[in-house]
Formats: sequence, structure tokens, C-alpha cells
Amino acid sequence: MTNTWQDIKNANVVIVMGGNAAEAHPCGFKWVVEAKIENKAKLIVVDPRFTRTASVADVYAPIRPGTDIAFLSGLMRYLLTNDAIQHEYVRAYTNASLIVKDGFAFEDGLFSGYNEEKRSYDKSSWDYELDEQGYAKSDDTWQNPRCVINLLKSHVDRYTPEMVSRICGTPQDKYLEICKLIATTSAPDKALTSLFALGWTQHSVGAQNIRAMAMVQLLLGNIGVAGGGMNALRGHSNIQGLTDIGLLSASLPGYMNMPKDSEVTFDKYMETKLFKPLRPGQTSYWQNYRKFFVSFQKAMFGSAATAENNWAYDYLPKLDVDGYDILRAFEMMNNKQMNGYICQGFNPMQAFPDRGKIRRGLSNLKYLVVMDPLDTETANFWQDYGPQNPSKPTEIQTEVFQLPTTCFAEENGTLVNSARWLQWHWKAADAPGLAKTDLWIIAGLYNRMKAMYAKDGGAFPDALLNLTWTYADPHEPEPEEVAKEMNGRALADVNDPATGAPLLKAGQQLDAFAQLRDDGTTMSGCWIFAGSFTDKGNMTARRDATDPREAGIAPNWAWAWPANRRILYNRASANPEGKAWNPAKPVIEWNGSKWVGVDVPDYGPTVKPSDSVGPFIMNQEGQARLFARGLMNEGPFPEHYEPFESPSENVLHPKVKNNPAARVFASDKEHMGASADFPYVGTTYRLTEHFHYWTKHSLINAILQPEEFVEIGEALAKEKGIEQGGWVKVSSKRGQVICKAFVTKRIKPLMVDGKPTHVIGCPIHWGFTGVARKGYGANTLTPFVGDANTNTPEFKAFLLNIEKTSAPPAVDVAQGPRDAQGVPKSLTKVGSL
Amino acid sequence: MDLSRRGFIKLTGAGLAVSSMGALGFGSAGTALAASVRPFKLTAATETRNTCTYCSVACGILIYSQGDRAKNVKSSVIHIEGDPDHPVNRGTLCPKGAGLLDIVRAPGRLTVPKYRAAGATEWKEVSWDFALDRIATLMKQDRDANFIAKNGAGTTVNRWNTTGMLAASAASNEAAYVTFKWARALGMVTFDNQARV
Ligand code: SF4
Repeated sequence: MTNTWQDIKNANVVIVMGGNAAEAHPCGFKWVVEAKIENKAKLIVVDPRFTRTASVADVYAPIRPGTDIAFLSGLMRYLLTNDAIQHEYVRAYTNASLIVKDGFAFEDGLFSGYNEEKRSYDKSSWDYELDEQGYAKSDDTWQNPRCVINLLKSHVDRYTPEMVSRICGTPQDKYLEICKLIATTSAPDKALTSLFALGWTQHSVGAQNIRAMAMVQLLLGNIGVAGGGMNALRGHSNIQGLTDIGLLSASLPGYMNMPKDSEVTFDKYMETKLFKPLRPGQTSYWQNYRKFFVSFQKAMFGSAATAENNWAYDYLPKLDVDGYDILRAFEMMNNKQMNGYICQGFNPMQAFPDRGKIRRGLSNLKYLVVMDPLDTETANFWQDYGPQNPSKPTEIQTEVFQLPTTCFAEENGTLVNSARWLQWHWKAADAPGLAKTDLWIIAGLYNRMKAMYAKDGGAFPDALLNLTWTYADPHEPEPEEVAKEMNGRALADVNDPATGAPLLKAGQQLDAFAQLRDDGTTMSGCWIFAGSFTDKGNMTARRDATDPREAGIAPNWAWAWPANRRILYNRASANPEGKAWNPAKPVIEWNGSKWVGVDVPDYGPTVKPSDSVGPFIMNQEGQARLFARGLMNEGPFPEHYEPFESPSENVLHPKVKNNPAARVFASDKEHMGASADFPYVGTTYRLTEHFHYWTKHSLINAILQPEEFVEIGEALAKEKGIEQGGWVKVSSKRGQVICKAFVTKRIKPLMVDGKPTHVIGCPIHWGFTGVARKGYGANTLTPFVGDANTNTPEFKAFLLNIEKTSAPPAVDVAQGPRDAQGVPKSLTKVGSL
Repeated sequence: MDLSRRGFIKLTGAGLAVSSMGALGFGSAGTALAASVRPFKLTAATETRNTCTYCSVACGILIYSQGDRAKNVKSSVIHIEGDPDHPVNRGTLCPKGAGLLDIVRAPGRLTVPKYRAAGATEWKEVSWDFALDRIATLMKQDRDANFIAKNGAGTTVNRWNTTGMLAASAASNEAAYVTFKWARALGMVTFDNQARV
């Protein structure tokens, strides 16, 4: 989220598209209700299904899964042709005026530079025309046909209301009503907020879905302002934190990048990270990359990281592929290229696409380690649970370890919420039985391996042996010690390079990332967390909920990264002269000598408005990008591509149907279905009573939503003779699920390119462990393909068939695994109750 | 009035006006009953501030546990409710968060390390030492056999891609950071989290 949960109340219009906040994030969604009541805000919901969010919307429009880019591109066209953009903002704060190189083009569904064989682009033409000093050329009059705003206009021109409706199946009148309402927020003092979640990310064009909306928000001048922003509602309690700390295939902490094979030396690595400003006088804050990186290496390797050995650059592994993401990992397992796998609080058997492929992959491993508070399907993948998990244990040679861990109630530490707040939580109870904290388990493995390498040697032990591990109890680091390490401290006295005045004493905790040095005198495990645990104490444990002007900021509650800033890009909440666009809800303003307001400025605190430093200080232009340059894999503008399994042709460019830059493994291509066999569009989602595959272990939640079902519209039910609550067989090219049908008015057929298109909704929450009734899990059906940038699986749009069937036979209790008491584990299988 | 919530509950137990009970819809007789029953249950408990483990609204919660954290006494959770001081949820919880007690005490909670040998048809309970020794040995064997110090072009790459890891989504930052250090120091590259699903 760029903004906070409470800040949603400041919005004039709220759009929930690509999410269902009322059911998935209920206690956050109440700030939407607050906006409606207190700020007379209007709520727009665009979703294939009439969700509970839709039920309180002012305008609801249905949409075919996987066509959001067409909708949003049409919206951009509407704003541009009706001149409903915030001109001064767009001109000053976005790259609308910058001139794009001559070679850049878009034709028949492809941008310039495509290599069909590699399914990737040479992106060199996706850039600006530079002047002699290396600055991007600009035309503030927008006369040059190659300035970004004009290229954007011509790119979205094809998305007429007729075309949007033809692709999305959204009725034109509803679509135009939404465009009109959104356009009202182009007024400088009006804000639209966008709330989205996995409904946008889980597509082969996921990242571009979000980009398209971000561009809408920039055209409207809604980024950086109160009640505005792009608000990704993160799923899990600390997935934001895990991402911040770089536990992602191509990441290092604080959004730094893992070295690649081509970055042979540290100097080569740094060459790609110079971030020279692309416009005169811009901040381009990533120019400090070297300080963040050296301080990180000092945190990792302490005195073993020196200027002489390039700060132990070679201690880090290099990547030979874009990233070893989860899909690649399971592809490798299927090809017998992996031997071991560790699942820490993660249940890929249910959570990943194509469960059959996941099971086959795990069966090929030599060893599997599962650390979890709960008994997961992944840990039990080798057991025969009948049709829900048809494994033959004697044929599976994988050694499996199931390690019991503590849960939230049994440990201290911080979690990062969706609004980037680090909130400390305290241990309330002891762990059950012999369960241990993740810190204890990882330390146990680290200490054992370190001892083995110290004694017997082995492959490149240097990084492991030199890893800093200065915890008071090396067998179980205290969360406070680790939090301090992530914050960072001075390793020597640090003086101001200009004046020589002392800044930090050796050993002092850092107050801010601005104090970081690239000469080895500071360390910080995660630079964006600098300031979270200072010599003043644990900032994340602060509990002062005071909220000046009730702005929805609460600056002294816990701590937000970066620098306790609650609204990102907040310099853009004021006009170029430094006055708030919306005088009723200023965030920061220029008082003649500095920036002041309810939030920490996302800007140099004393940089004068007359210096013309852009508000997007992380970007080399100082401006936000309507044209993404080479940062996206499938193009600098979003373009509509059909999902990999789709019932429709791509009416814009039939020859380029799907995302041309998405990675598809050869074996998965054979497992893609065609609409002749699987005529209906499937989409997966969550129920408000359940959380992933965890709450089926929680009795109250299992009682509330006890068994697996799919949701279908009345028209489809009638066509297929399916009754309310009747048994159905739902199948895709990859597998089948037998479960109950819930016939609903919430899903209606959409008219797509003249054809009625039915959508089948598949809630995800069941499996073969837990106290709910046994089920297969919706990912038995989903395709093994991901987004071209992130490889997030395409769970939201794929092809299915559905047939009426009879109840499965009651389970033969003589078969199958039994629990310790000798009771068959299959006793509560589908059909037996 | 500057009162901690625990203090407030103690005071209500001592017979002060119980405004929050009234707000919850108790009539006057009910108020008296609630005032005598509810605080009775919770005054003996230890109150701890925590965060809902599910979605990233990250609602503040109050966990009530038995036992005063004295040595040699195992404490256990008896009640969980929304934290009224929290600026986002202001005391509310959704159907997921309202069921947190049942996940802490779920029958599916694991209590003992278990091991399943290659080809075995059942789990065996094992000691922590057995499990961690064996895992460390398997990891070292695999790493030593498959570690890539240099690639074909002779560049030092120090990567290990035959054992991978999926990191947790509800673990703390501190657990995550220590996991990161260990995994990357081993050269592990097949390393991802749940951000995508
Ligand atoms: S109580 Fe509900 S809304 Fe609040 S954090 Fe938990 S799951 Fe999210």
C-alpha cells in the first residue's frame, strides 16, 4: 500500500477491482464504509462475481476474468479523450512530456524488439531520446508526437467502449458510468483510491494489470495524496516483511538485486546500479545503492567483508536465470534436477497450481523438510488419501521431516502489515509439546552445518563460516537482537564528510538510512528498516494511537518503513509551489523554509519548491512513469493479452493471443486445455470464513464453511441440469474435483464477443488434513503458468468443464492410513457424511 | 484517565460502572452478571498484545493466557479478542480473526518432530537431535556434491540449486532475516516466499 488503512476514509471514490476487500480484508474494509458515511465517498466494484464488496457498492460491473487491462486501457482512453486528467500534476510529476526514441513501436500485438524464439524482448528501443548531457529530451507543450502522452493516447485509442465491452463482457452503460465517476477525481482536490489484491496479481499479465491502474491514478493526480494511492492489500500477515527482507528468488534485503552471472565482479554489478539522473537536478535516490549494499554485506559477513575483497561480493550466489521462482523449482523437481526442499510455514501441495505436478515433483526429492505449526498436506504428500491424494507410499523414496513450530501466540517479533508498518508482538503462551521457534530450528541447522564444515571442509565453506552470528545464545537468537541487526549500527565513529563533525559513535544504532556509509563503517541488514530499532528503543513497539487532525496517519503507532513515512510519494500531495492540492487534507506543505505536515516528507526536508526536484525521488527522472522504459518484460505500456487458457480469441491481434513474454515450460503446454473440451472460465478465490489452508484446522471456521464447493450461475446450472447442493465433477486438462455445487445469482453469464460466457467460481480452502471435511483443493485444476515479470501463477482465469454427478461412494474404512488411535484418516472424506 | 486495559478490567471487576458491557448490549441485570463473570475469567489471566496471524490488515489482538509466566509453569491461551486501542481494527475482528483461539489450540497443531523414511508407510516420532542431525547431513551431502563454484565461463558463481526453500509468510521479520542469512550463506538460489500465492 502507498497509503494507510485508515487513510482510505479520505477518498472521494473507492474502486475495488482485482480484490474483494469486504471478505478478504474485512477489518480494513470498514475504512471504505467510513469513507462512504463520513466523506460521502462512492464505491465502485468491478468483479466477475457479485461479491460482498459489490453488495455495498454504488456501482457494480461484471467483468470476464483476465480482461482487466482492456477495461483500464479503455478508462485511460476515456480520461484522455474527455480531458479528465489533472493537467498540472501530469505535466510536472509524470514523464508525459519526455520524448521516446525513434525505434520504439507497437504493431499487431508486439512492441519493438521481440525475439519469438526466446519469448523475450530486446528492450533497447523502449527508452527516451537523450541530449548531449545524457538527459531525456522533453516537450512540455506536448506537440511532439513522440512524447509519452501522445504515444499513450495512440496506444489506448483502440480500446473504445465497444471494444472494452466486446472483450470484457461488461455492459457498456455500466462501464461508462464507472468511467464518468472516476473522472470526477481528476479535480485537484478529489481523490480516488484503488484497493486490489490477488485478483490482479494472479494472471499471466498480473504486473501490467496493476501498472494500468497506477497509470490511471497518475493521470488523475491521485498518487501521494490523502485518500489516494495504489493499495495492494497483501494476503498473509507478514508477506510484506518477507518481501522487504528479500526472501524472494532474485532479491536481497531492501529491494536490492541478487548478483547475476553477467555481473562478474562487484564493479560490474555496481555499473548497472549507478542510477544517473535522467533530468537535470533530480535526486535519483537509488544512487545510494552502494551504501545500502556495503552495509548489508557488513551485516552478513562482518570483518570478513573488506574493501580489499570487494565487500565479500563473491560470498553471495549469482543467478544464471531470472530467478528460481516456485514454478521453476517444481519444474526442476519434475525433471529430477533437485534433491532437497524445505517448506517453512508453506503448503505448496495445496497452494501451487496443478497439484498433480506438485505431487510428482515432491515424490522425486531425496528429502523434504516441513517446518509448520500445523499438519499440512505437503508433509503428508506421500500418504494415500484416496482420490484427494492418490500416492503410493512404498514407491516414494523421499525422506520427510515434519518439524513442529510455534505460532504467532508463542513468540516475540515484528510483522509488516500491508501499510508497511512494523508492529511488534509479544509472546503470550508456551509452545505446545516440543514445538520450537523458527529461530531455534534455523540456528540448530546453522550450528550443525557450520561445525561439519569447520571439521570436515567441503564445498566453499567461507560464506557460512564467516557469517555473523554474534547472538548472546547462538542456539536461539533473541528477536530483539535480530531486529537491531536489521536496523543497523555504526561499526566505527562516523563523521560528516563535509564538516568533519561527529555523526555517530561506534556501536550506536542508526537513526535513519541517510547515515549509511559505503566504506564499511556502518552495517544494516535491511536498509529500509533503519530507524526501527534505535538507541531510543524499539520503535516498532510504540503504542501511541494519537492521530493529528484525524488524518489517518497515527505517526507514533509502531513504525513504518521507510523512515516512518506513512504515505509514499507525499511530496506529490502538494503542487509544484508546495501548496496542498487539496487544502482540506494536506499531507505535507512548504512553509517557506521546510516541508511540514502530518507525515514524514518523502523528499529532502529543506529542498525548495523552486529547485524543481521531482516528487518521485527514487526514479532517475524524478517523475512517475506512464511509459515504463525497460522495467516490464512485456512492454512499456500495458496491452490486453488473453489468459493462457481462454474461451476467446484476442480480437485486437489474433496472432498474438497470450502474453508473448510469459515463460511456459514445454511440458505444461501439453497440459493447457482448449475451449472445445473445457468451455467455461474458472477462477479461484477465498471465502471470508477461511484463510488459505490453515483455518480448515480451526474448528469454528470448519463449522462455518465445512466442505468443498464450486459456485455457478443459475443459467449454467439449468443448462447442465445441476441442482442446488448437488454433486458435480469439475475438470480441467490437469485434473478433476468432485464436490458440491452452489447455484447462485451472484454469477451471471457475460456476453463476450457476442457469445455467452459462463464463469465457475472455485473457493480454494480444502484439503485432506484438518477438521473440515476432506477435499481436493481448487489447485488440482489450475494451470502451471505465471506472470511474465513475477511468475505469479494464473489462478484467476483458466478453462473448466462441469458435469452433474452422483455422490461419491462412502469410503471403505478398511483402507487408507490410520491415525495413532487406529481410526482411519479417511473417515471424514467426502461422501461419508 | 490513563489506565491499561488490564487495569480497567480489574477495576470493572471491583464493581465500577461497566460502560463497555452496556455498549455490548447487556441490559442492567445482564451487566451485573457479565461484570461478575467475564472479569472473573480474565482478571486471573495474563494479557498480551499481539497481531492476528492471518491477513495483512494486521488487526491488533489481546491474548489472555493462564499462568503468570512463572518458571516451570507452562502457560496456555484461554481467550483472544480485538485490541480496542489499535488504530486500524479498533477492537473488531473478522470471522477469521475471531476464530484465532481455535487455531492456537487446533487438533492439527504439531507437538513432536516426525520422520518418514524412504518408502515407509508411516511417520515415526523422533528427537530434535535426530531430525536436525540428519537434515544437516543430507544438506551437506547434497551441497558438496552439487555446489557450483564456477560457471562454464569461469566466473565465480558460488551457487547451490539442488536444494531449495520456501520461506514462511506468517513468520516474524526476525525469523525471516535469520533464515535469509543462513540460506544465502549456503549459496541457495532456489529460495522464494508466498508473496505470489
Ligand atoms: S481479524 Fe480478519 S481482517 Fe483482521 S487481520 Fe485477522 S484476518 Fe485480517
